[in-house]
Amino acid sequence: MLEQLYNAIFIGSIYALFAVGFALVFSVLDILNLAHPTVFMLGAFTALFVIATLGMPWYAAIVIAFLATGIFGIVLDRIAFAPLRRRGAPPLSAMISSLAVTLIVVRLVELRYGGDFITFPRGTVPSFLLHIGDATLEGVRIAIIVLAIVLMLGLTYVVRATSLGRDIRALAENPRAARILGVDVERAIAATFFISSGLGGLAGVLLGFAYDSVDSKMGLPLELRAFTVMVVGGMGSLPGAVLGAYILGLGEVASLVYLPAELRDAFAFGLLFIVLVLRPSGLLGQRTADRV
Amino acid sequence: MEVVRDFLSAYSTLIALVGVNALLALSIWLTLYAGQLTLGNAAFMAIGAYVSALLGRHLGTPFPIALVIGAIAAGATAAPLGLTVFRLRGVYLAIATLAFGEVVRVILLATPITGKGQGLNGIPPTTEIWHIYLSLAVVAYVLWRVQGSTVGRAWAAIREDETAAASQGIRVHRYKLGAFVSGALLAAWAGGLSAHLVFSIEPNDFAFSKAVQILVFGVVGGIPNPLGPIFGAALLTALPELLRPLKDYRDILQGLILLLVIIYLPRGLVTIAQLRRTRRLQEIGAADVA
Amino acid sequence: MLLETAGLTKRFGGVVAVNAVDLAISQAQAFGLIGPNGAGKTTLINLISGHLRADAGAIRLAGADVTGAPPHALTARGIARTFQGVRLFKGLSAIENVLVGRHVRMRSDALRRLWPRGAPDRADRDRARALLERVGLSRRAEALAGELSYGDQRRLEIARALASEPRLLMLDEPAAGMNPAETGRLRELIRALVDEGLTILLIEHDVRLVMGTCERIAVLSFGRKIAEGEPAEIQGSAVVREAYLGSEDVA
Repeated sequence: MLEQLYNAIFIGSIYALFAVGFALVFSVLDILNLAHPTVFMLGAFTALFVIATLGMPWYAAIVIAFLATGIFGIVLDRIAFAPLRRRGAPPLSAMISSLAVTLIVVRLVELRYGGDFITFPRGTVPSFLLHIGDATLEGVRIAIIVLAIVLMLGLTYVVRATSLGRDIRALAENPRAARILGVDVERAIAATFFISSGLGGLAGVLLGFAYDSVDSKMGLPLELRAFTVMVVGGMGSLPGAVLGAYILGLGEVASLVYLPAELRDAFAFGLLFIVLVLRPSGLLGQRTADRV
Repeated sequence: MEVVRDFLSAYSTLIALVGVNALLALSIWLTLYAGQLTLGNAAFMAIGAYVSALLGRHLGTPFPIALVIGAIAAGATAAPLGLTVFRLRGVYLAIATLAFGEVVRVILLATPITGKGQGLNGIPPTTEIWHIYLSLAVVAYVLWRVQGSTVGRAWAAIREDETAAASQGIRVHRYKLGAFVSGALLAAWAGGLSAHLVFSIEPNDFAFSKAVQILVFGVVGGIPNPLGPIFGAALLTALPELLRPLKDYRDILQGLILLLVIIYLPRGLVTIAQLRRTRRLQEIGAADVA
Repeated sequence: MLLETAGLTKRFGGVVAVNAVDLAISQAQAFGLIGPNGAGKTTLINLISGHLRADAGAIRLAGADVTGAPPHALTARGIARTFQGVRLFKGLSAIENVLVGRHVRMRSDALRRLWPRGAPDRADRDRARALLERVGLSRRAEALAGELSYGDQRRLEIARALASEPRLLMLDEPAAGMNPAETGRLRELIRALVDEGLTILLIEHDVRLVMGTCERIAVLSFGRKIAEGEPAEIQGSAVVREAYLGSEDVA
């Protein structure tokens, strides 16, 4: 029981780190960045590269992965989204272009590393077990949970208390007004992508460490769950994404207990569907309405 | 004639596949034309495939009837689904239909009669190329004629501005549902044809990537008329074959094509023929897909 | 009476946008609706056209209760409107826009068109062209609606609204952004339509246009009807002047 709770919080933390970046881009730019799962995967592979090829320790890998994926996010925006923004294209176009980038990047990674699972070199991550009561818990996961929480608090700080955060929030609320009020829109957007992709990449590294495996398609299950998380928590709401992530984590682990294994995925999508039908704005989101 | 016959037999699978994908592309084109971005057509395809295959296998239902029942099954699922989600717009609709698609896939994975993860094998290969292309010709013709009718104009109006469309007396929900269910019927028909072409099907054939693939066929080809998605499907199905020498790089090339098209030719490749009109549309901000 | 509202009320959260408004508009009349910004004029039109559901009160069209009916049903019954800021189908041509406007009066030709030479209904197209001609857009029939100038777009919207052969036409700020010459032409069009028996409800900020065009005028302020009468009465009303104090729309 404790083990399951532990796992639920762990996987919820990963979902949260991933989803929060996704929600950030959606709230600021109103687009679903379908290349987000790519940075998840890239983060993990960057860490793999840094550790296996460059021989650096795991903490360096984490930092480098964060920076690398953050920069990738900025480049992604320049290539796939900025041109569409310039001509006022609707969100669907951005979805498709990010999809195209995903196809390209995933294939490139596969060319270099193949499509199979790859494990980290032995001893990469200190592995230790905790014994609480009659439960045996993987120690690495608690570190990840703590790190995830720290990162989300950090994000909250940046968004609430820094001028950059204020710019981002202004942009999310009303792009035109923000521009008129002198917000450096390009900088804010670049920062948004940096943070979003950096966090997504970190989520990938951490999951890669926890499961000791990376593969080119590891982002895909996350992507579908990110939709659920965002919708449940409220589209574009960052605290909502975090809340939704933990709800999903708990729900999935619980459904593993009560439902046959094959139906576990159905939980995420069933939940998504029900929420969309009953309350599309989610728990913490704004009501969406068409103004006449 | 010899040359043609040899060509046809060597590439018969590819030609058949192009036809099926063209039908799928048309199924999503229809809903996009009415302004709805739905990603559920892979699931409807799955329903059509499984229902027709199972009917043939267990009840010995004749091929055409099995196809029809498969399509009706999909339509029957699409109607209540459409009613539940018709309030959703844009990305919400896309996500909801995607979620539906995943639910269907998972159910297929878990239900014994569908063979679960192993899928269905030994489906009689009753589909002939002329079945596919006859279907395609009929569907394309019907869609082309409907496009210029009051129904087609109503869909276009809904796509442009639902609220204003309602003001013109258009029963928006009814028309949206019509497009949605018709798209489902088409996708299911294609699914049935496809199942009897490839002999075996499994749930993962109809997953997220399939839904995306269908979307890409529709978008890359183009929106202005039914030829667009047909062309897009043909190009993108044949491209891997043509690019075979490039082996590993062909996926990358496909991704690049998609990226370039969506950024520079948002209404799809066929719009090259209508470049002036596209440019006019771009200027007034009405150029994009949805 | 063609259109009556009785105690029509609409709340948004804590704000009462339209507060127990009674209107009585008779046939073949130009009825003006004015009031400072935020008075609830557009909300009132949205209620009458079915885009919003009233919280209280009733709407009657030619004596029949149509409260709560959806927009498409009201259009079928003869209520048409234009929108503040123009909501045309930008990617469709001008004539296609008008044809869509005619939707309720056209028989669906989808099935007929399945035959290669399926009878094209000339009558509807001719009628659409005639409407375009009437608003001065006959030479721009094939132009994309989004390409037209603002003034042309406004006139196209009126043509589209007329295509459904309405009994009541509601115009939401049709003169916004028009120069005096265009405004004059608009006034002429409105009077001509009224002379033909159409009823027009005109919301406008250009108070002079309203005074010069309408037989009766109602004034809204903060959701309430504060005055109603003929132009001269409204012009001389102290209540009305007070409502406008502080706003830049004083005639």
